[in-house]
Amino acid sequence: MPNYSLSVNGKTMSVEADEDTPLLWVLRDHLNLLGTKFGCGIAQCGACTVHVNGSAMRSCVFPVSAVADNEITTIEGLSNKGDHPLQEAWIELDVSQCGYCQAGQIMAASSLLKDNPNPSDEEIDAVMTNICRCGTHVRIRKAIHLAAEKSV
Amino acid sequence: METTISRRNFLKVSALTGGGMLLSFSMFAETKDPMRVVESIFNPNAYITINSDGSIILLAPNPEIGQGVKTSLPMIIAEEMDVDWKKVIVQFAPTDSKFGRQTAGGSGSIRGRFEELRKVGATAREMLVNAAAETWKVSPSECSVSDGIVTHSSTGKNLSYGELAAKAALLDIPSEPILKDPKDFKILGTRVKDVDALKIVTGTPLYGIDTRREGMLFAMVSRAPAYGKTLESVDDSETLKVTGVRKVVKLSNSVAVLATSTWAAKKGRDALKIQWKATEKLENSSEHFSTFEEMLEKGATSPSRNDGDVDAAIQRSSKLLEASYEMPTLSHGQMEPLNFFADVRADKAVLFGPTQVPAAVRKEVSEQLGIPEDKIQIDLPRQGGGFGRKLMTDNGVEAALISAAAQSPVQVQWTREDDMQNDFYRPAEMYTYKAALSEDSLLAWHQSAVGIGRGVNGDSYVAGALTNYRSEGQGLHSNTPTGWWRAPGACTMAFAAEAFMDEVCTELKKDPVQFRLDIFEKAKQQPVGRIGYDPDKYKSVVELVAKMCDWGNTPLGVFRGISTWFSFGSYAAEVVDVKMVDGKPRVIKVYCAVHCGRLINLSGAENQVQGAIVDGICHAMFPKVTFVDGAVVEKNFNSYKFLKMADTPYEIEVKFVESGDAPTGLGEPALPPVAAALANAIFAATGKRIRKMPFAEQMV
Repeated sequence: MPNYSLSVNGKTMSVEADEDTPLLWVLRDHLNLLGTKFGCGIAQCGACTVHVNGSAMRSCVFPVSAVADNEITTIEGLSNKGDHPLQEAWIELDVSQCGYCQAGQIMAASSLLKDNPNPSDEEIDAVMTNICRCGTHVRIRKAIHLAAEKSV
Repeated sequence: METTISRRNFLKVSALTGGGMLLSFSMFAETKDPMRVVESIFNPNAYITINSDGSIILLAPNPEIGQGVKTSLPMIIAEEMDVDWKKVIVQFAPTDSKFGRQTAGGSGSIRGRFEELRKVGATAREMLVNAAAETWKVSPSECSVSDGIVTHSSTGKNLSYGELAAKAALLDIPSEPILKDPKDFKILGTRVKDVDALKIVTGTPLYGIDTRREGMLFAMVSRAPAYGKTLESVDDSETLKVTGVRKVVKLSNSVAVLATSTWAAKKGRDALKIQWKATEKLENSSEHFSTFEEMLEKGATSPSRNDGDVDAAIQRSSKLLEASYEMPTLSHGQMEPLNFFADVRADKAVLFGPTQVPAAVRKEVSEQLGIPEDKIQIDLPRQGGGFGRKLMTDNGVEAALISAAAQSPVQVQWTREDDMQNDFYRPAEMYTYKAALSEDSLLAWHQSAVGIGRGVNGDSYVAGALTNYRSEGQGLHSNTPTGWWRAPGACTMAFAAEAFMDEVCTELKKDPVQFRLDIFEKAKQQPVGRIGYDPDKYKSVVELVAKMCDWGNTPLGVFRGISTWFSFGSYAAEVVDVKMVDGKPRVIKVYCAVHCGRLINLSGAENQVQGAIVDGICHAMFPKVTFVDGAVVEKNFNSYKFLKMADTPYEIEVKFVESGDAPTGLGEPALPPVAAALANAIFAATGKRIRKMPFAEQMV
């Protein structure tokens, strides 16, 4: 089985995995980073969203063999103490219900804010395509606006 | 560092009125090592532990599937205990009969436990106050409590719960503790954040899928690809060549592959060569609906309710309005695909995973494996959604059978495709309505419904307010399994009944708010037979939502629809505002008024209502399950469509009718009304009646 050297959350990690193993399962089963979630396996729901060189990527269809020396950031590496403005806004507005999709939502939203620090509703609509089955969208939208305000 | 302590247990048993709860009483007191601090732990009942440092552990007894009860149930205990919520640590209770009904279903957690948990908290408070009074040699009535500090009023002396815990543990348990006057509530009715909020946003392992135990293998299961098919033979030779695959286990109608990682298990499963043969009819959704039409045409053998004389009223009416409504089969689609951990040994088992009915899983595992229930430990993680899917025990029981057969601890992981093909679906249903009308009034109402499985029963609020009312329901036997889906029955009937009510109002040129208020007034003043609701409470939500949206003064360019429903003891009225954007209706705002008795957690309550509304819009608009030859066509979220942010209202304004009544359900009641409110708004915007879900297919 091939060996891969991956840069995850600023650390270099070595994994032995089949080349077609999706990054999602490498993170979860090989590196024990369990915050990135499995939802559909076909890049539809976004529960598995991570950053690749700072941009949102759905890790369930991204094979480990394609990662190469790209920098991976997972929800565990988004901030040191859960104090990213989005994480704080999510808590302040009590966004979560079941909570399962929220790590992916935050990773998608943080990628959005990096490119567009103060997005409009329409811009949020265009980028935030992750599924939330509990229907927390209204609070997610508010939390993105709140984090944007606080970051200015 | 862990202290080594010997345990002295005092066990007292006492019944609390209503709850029939056992109070177990135990204390950790002595330490073998005198150098270590004695950790006094006060355990007046199974739910509460107070440590000597003042920290308080409260147990949440019911499964948390996103409905917020891991936060709201302990809030009730904390309120009556009078503790500082910030010092409370919440943990899940183990599955144990001493915690009563540990089920997430029927919007029942709060309404079933409100009084019980108040007494749990009040018991502890009374014992702690008695301990302080004894210390000071004063009467308990001279003492007061605030935020976990007992104060002697005249001297100002005070002691914290942490300081009192050891002493309180030796006192008698009061049988009838005095409950707080609700006007003194400090926690209940306020906004309290989810107790797991920080863990959720930092990706801390919380869910069943995150379970990792010593020696555990990962499993995937090949189940029948269609309803009506049975396992004939399996060739696992290619599977066993897959790196990481350890075992293949055959069950009665499925094959499990166990491996060292999820991906290896999946590759191994995909390499199985299985012959399935059709042993029953392979059903099609198209046949379900054509059979529905035949059944509705024929009618039920006898009505479930029959007031007055509907046929005579139709004869003398000036107009007979008729319409039919259709709802497809739906899957639950909870975000966390099913999974379960099981470690089954010869005479005991440890189970851990997502279920809404842990006691039922344990019972069934006990029956199937012959292990006594008291040797089966089953605990719960936080769960990535439920919506009724996990009222079924299949995922937990299957994991136990696989662990037993493979003689290994195992985490069984389902894929989304597995979830879609192996669900207990919201049954497809069809409703036909007839309304006999005079020039300006509704003379008679006839509801006829049919659905897959047990069929449809129940009535709208018209029943009891109208002299001539008839309803009938029929079920279509099918081998496609059905189950409970958020607000079962109500979620579909509300669409049909309230969309038809709008058609009646349009035909009669009546205002839909006033027309409903008149119906409730009639139900109150001149009821006909049994009334399944409280007309005053129903009125209160319709009046409140009308006020919230300034009904009658719709803003320019906005089109509006209203709908209501009552379920699980609660009442909801909703107004949907749409705007036409690029020729299509876009929901911009929803107003919702709810009567659910006393509020527990304002933030959680509002979140449930907003979420239920988005859920209701989503499932009215987009997804459907289609069976073709027993197989589900929509295998994943590329074809089983969910709403996205761009389809979600910008704002959902929620108000609760102020009430001191005991709390009623809230996880479900806000979902049923919204589909009809949306359909009625789309009619206002486009002139087109939408009578069939998913709406998106009707709007092309």
